[in-house]
Amino acid sequence: MKKLLVVLLSVLCVLTLAGCGSKGGNEGGGETGDGTVTVKLGGSGPLSGDAKVYGEAVRNAAQIAVDEINASDSKIKFEFRMEDDEADGEKAVSAYSTLFDWGMQVSMFTVTSGSGAAVASYYDEDKIFAITPSGSSTALVYTDAKNYPGNFQMCFTDPNQGVASADYMATNFADKVVAVIYKSDDVYSAGVFEKFKAEAAAKGVNVVYEGAFTDDSSTDFSTQLTAAKDAGADLVFLPIYYQPASTILKQANDMGYAPVFFGVDGMDGILTLEGFDTSLAEGVYLLTPFAADATDEATVHFVKAYQDKYGETPNQFAADAYDVVYAIKQALENIGYKEGYATNGLCEALTAEFTSMSFDGVTGLNMTWAENGEVSKAPKAVVITNGVYVSAN
Amino acid sequence: MKNIFNNLFSKKNRSRTISFLMVIVAYILIEVIMNTVGMSRLFKSLLVPVCCYIILGLSLNLVVGISGELSLGHAGFMAIGAFTAVCVSGFCAQSIPNDILRLALSVLCGSIVSGIFGFIISVPVLKLSGDYLAIVTLAFGQIIKSLINNVYLGFDSRGMQFSFVTNELKLEGGKMLLSGPMGATDTAKISNFTSGFVLILFTLYVIYSLINSKYGRAIMAARDNRIAAESIGVDISKTKTLAFVISSVLAGMAGALYALNYSTLQPAKFDFNTSILILVYVVFGGLGNINGTIIATTVLYILPELLRSLQDYRMLMYAIVLIVVMQITNSATLKQTLEKTTKRFFKKGEAQ
Repeated sequence: MKKLLVVLLSVLCVLTLAGCGSKGGNEGGGETGDGTVTVKLGGSGPLSGDAKVYGEAVRNAAQIAVDEINASDSKIKFEFRMEDDEADGEKAVSAYSTLFDWGMQVSMFTVTSGSGAAVASYYDEDKIFAITPSGSSTALVYTDAKNYPGNFQMCFTDPNQGVASADYMATNFADKVVAVIYKSDDVYSAGVFEKFKAEAAAKGVNVVYEGAFTDDSSTDFSTQLTAAKDAGADLVFLPIYYQPASTILKQANDMGYAPVFFGVDGMDGILTLEGFDTSLAEGVYLLTPFAADATDEATVHFVKAYQDKYGETPNQFAADAYDVVYAIKQALENIGYKEGYATNGLCEALTAEFTSMSFDGVTGLNMTWAENGEVSKAPKAVVITNGVYVSAN
Repeated sequence: MKNIFNNLFSKKNRSRTISFLMVIVAYILIEVIMNTVGMSRLFKSLLVPVCCYIILGLSLNLVVGISGELSLGHAGFMAIGAFTAVCVSGFCAQSIPNDILRLALSVLCGSIVSGIFGFIISVPVLKLSGDYLAIVTLAFGQIIKSLINNVYLGFDSRGMQFSFVTNELKLEGGKMLLSGPMGATDTAKISNFTSGFVLILFTLYVIYSLINSKYGRAIMAARDNRIAAESIGVDISKTKTLAFVISSVLAGMAGALYALNYSTLQPAKFDFNTSILILVYVVFGGLGNINGTIIATTVLYILPELLRSLQDYRMLMYAIVLIVVMQITNSATLKQTLEKTTKRFFKKGEAQ
């Protein structure tokens, strides 16, 4: 019995391997004859598991941007494909390989930092231009040893978020006593915290308590909250993702502790968390480049399109993804991308264009990119009021 | 010639021969496909992790299937091997420019360190059995992950630098090997499919040699009836320690191969879920069944990738397939039918 099963399964394995063997290779963009050219835009993010709110926000927003562009009279059209990477480095490599086989020409990189760090070197080796909407670790765009020239970011880097948060507190909450609760085994959280700590010390922010937790202890925060309360903190800085943050808000409310909570971009998404009482998030501050209540034409248009299609207010991840698609389109137009454009020079041309151009989007005006791939734009603080983000000042 | 054939396929050796044949044939086939038709990038990227998980499955099978003790901390040994290998490889990057040599040294160090930890753990752990042992191994896996999460290790012109919990290293132009929760970054990707293949063969050799030896029989006797085995003079704790340490050495080896296949590696990867994933491969392939483990691991690892076209329903389908196959392979009627067919098949073969 064993033998038969073995033979059967090995044949199956070989068949699947062989079947998928002949595909692959870069086929280049499609042509339609009327001067338009289709660019294959790929990207990966968590579409299942804990962090799927981010992956879906990015996919939805990018889809809106792609649909808008394809419906317009633009000469450049996009074919968009997003793969699931479960926010895991190992799966991200598989997702990247799938997209490579598909013939991806330009990429939205990954949604999360951990998976992005795992594929950063692949994008560099294969010379595929990539710009991440939300992977905020610097490991996506450069490492200590080398810079990945074709990798860019649309969001702030972790260090910049930490510094900006400390600066904001020093200016606007100068008399507050600050406690920090961060996730020590998370690249993102530890990265933001490290820089925040240094900048807070330099700017004279009064930090009285630093509480760490890990993935295994992310369900109960009563210890940290009690310690923060006992230390007299009236502002709690939470450089963490929204799921543990939602638990913290709930537990703080239960124990009658009501300081000002201050988050960074990981806090974004808390209002769309299933089963979370959004009234608990009232008065939470977060630092983000995007406020859905802004009245400029681009933001109003984007927020309306997103609400019409998906029935919820877009968060910062969505906004960054929307900008990524338009920034790529602008760069492609600027380098004169058209039929028959040499594929192997595309990454270099886009890299040169991105480091020299200026882009206006929903997450900021006059954005520019440095040689190392980091974006330069102004962060805004928003506060959650009546279940929506409102600019803080 | 016929003698050798009969010997290879004798009841005692059949499973071993099939294992080796299967792995070698699969390797040759994949190499041929890769060098003629060409293979998609996706499948190329899956080759090394599949090899790693096969070795992990086999090594866990040694503890769970052959020694009969439930271990839930296998990812811990994998992590030790992985991070040791990353450090060794990073440290020797200049002094040993040859990739294969450096890979071999890293894998060797990874498995040795993992083996040492396996031995240390086995002392308190193997005095327990059943659920208690499972819980302790689970805790061990978590402890390893937490420890690595807090280690900062780097080297520069002044030598190795180490710091725990908070990063206090001030390197002068050197290189960070481990940086806490960030794990290892900038690792040179030196693992390849051939090295994975060689390590699988080595694993198979070790496991079959053990099973067919005096110690292997003692291990299985201790599993089947502890009291009876003890009464005829089998040293239970010694045999169990042997199986546990060998298993951790092999797991460390797989972890080393795994780590050197990726440019970055975070300790969070080696959590409870990874341990369970490996256990699923083993259970799916059948406890104590070596060939089953190899096939189950390959199929279960590749399946989610093949289901990518289903998009949002991917993980749902994966779970359904898992349940269906588990049910089918356990169905008595199907087993009988299969057995009948095989019997007929073998009888025919012998008649000729």
